[in-house]
Amino acid sequence: MEKQPAIFFSNVNYKRNDLHILKNINGEIPSGKITTLVGPSGAGKTTLFKLMNGLISPISGDIYVDGKHINDYQPVQLRHNIALALQQATMINGTVEMNIALPMVLQNKSLPKEKAEHLLELVGLDGSYLSRQVKDLSGGQRQKLSIARTLVNKPKTLLLDEITSSLDRVSKRDIENLIQKINKELYTTIVWITHNLDQARTIGDYTWVMMNGELVEQGDSTLLDHPKSELVKQFIRGDES
Amino acid sequence: MNYITLSIALIFVLVPITLSKSLKLGLEKDTFIATIRSIIQLLAVGYILHFVFSTENFLYIFLMITLMIAAATQNARKKGAFIKGITWKLVATFVFVEILTQSILIGLNITPATAQYVIPLSGMVIGNSMVLSILFLNRFTAEIEAHQEESELILSLGGTPKQAIHRQLIQSIKASTIPTIESQKTIGLVQLPGMMSGQIIAGADPIQAVLFQLLVLFLLLTTAVITSVMLGFLSYPALFNERMQFIYRFQNE
Repeated sequence: MEKQPAIFFSNVNYKRNDLHILKNINGEIPSGKITTLVGPSGAGKTTLFKLMNGLISPISGDIYVDGKHINDYQPVQLRHNIALALQQATMINGTVEMNIALPMVLQNKSLPKEKAEHLLELVGLDGSYLSRQVKDLSGGQRQKLSIARTLVNKPKTLLLDEITSSLDRVSKRDIENLIQKINKELYTTIVWITHNLDQARTIGDYTWVMMNGELVEQGDSTLLDHPKSELVKQFIRGDES
Repeated sequence: MNYITLSIALIFVLVPITLSKSLKLGLEKDTFIATIRSIIQLLAVGYILHFVFSTENFLYIFLMITLMIAAATQNARKKGAFIKGITWKLVATFVFVEILTQSILIGLNITPATAQYVIPLSGMVIGNSMVLSILFLNRFTAEIEAHQEESELILSLGGTPKQAIHRQLIQSIKASTIPTIESQKTIGLVQLPGMMSGQIIAGADPIQAVLFQLLVLFLLLTTAVITSVMLGFLSYPALFNERMQFIYRFQNE
């Protein structure tokens, strides 16, 4: 039997200030896989993430998470299940410990030190980082901390918005390995926005190509080598030239 | 003081007008309008107060206070246009502050329940509350805009609207009440407060004037803190919808 998609979109539209940002999106995010979202800037990829995390709602259409309508989830429960890590890796002022414990603090609980250290080790930072100020971390370290923080709530799906775009090659490789490890070891569904088509080919199992607010193509990542749409062909040629 | 001496006092208006004209500052028209407006407004208030004091009718006192609250709301609401229902939130805040302060003053026999006391003290309380509301709303807007990403982060991690806006709310409450607290620290050292000076000029015993001024200062301290806290806690829920989504529209959108 076909596995139920982690997230399913049916005729989803989103507008803001009369701007039609997402147009009639119909598609699925397969469960337990790494799906990459590619497309030019302004295609509506980040907006799609905010819809999945429940930060915004569509003006029409339906979104299903594990077969259940998104509005049937309590917002807090939904956001625990579908975690979001953004390109800018926003932090609260203070130490690494304060930041990694934030998801628990928001539930009026505390994060045991051993658990915090374990999560940091998982993302390639060690326990000695706990007392460091976040303002002293490098871009790569902030991204790793941001990913570790999203794992505190044990999400089923992890949404990653261009998390490696401003990193050097070594940090980029580290994070790619880390995401693959999280996907395999924790069975977390990954959705990854990337501008890097090579990254989409090598890391992704499944791909969505978005342009001008529309989902132009979706399928196995091999579609990037044999796109059907002329628009996608042009985009891929433009990106790789 | 009578109208003849007041007419002589207009010399103080002629000085800036003459200076403005000779130095081509272009302030003559505004100075003239400001003078005429202040004469008309204050004389009107003087005659109204004279009438209200002489009748000692509670209906007139109530009407005067209602007018003050309406004017204060009208003035402050523009700063909070981004908050749904700001008009009623401001009215609720001003009414609460007025009822609380008058209940303490009259209930504990600190001041008598006469128009002579109730109206001027209400004017000070509501006026101060209005200024505090404007300070709070200005700062709250700036804090929300500056820390949008932080609010979004907290919501995305499963935080509640209150947690997402908590830091901005507390900062705005603190920032809007600090001027009131700070000004009390230096009062009497740099300048004598207006009400106290007025009483002394009118012939009151300076100690009595000081006691009254202290009463007003304590009153304004309560007013300041309650206004910011109450308006803050009434306002922030309007920035979110029932799906815990931030619905604030940013200035640059």
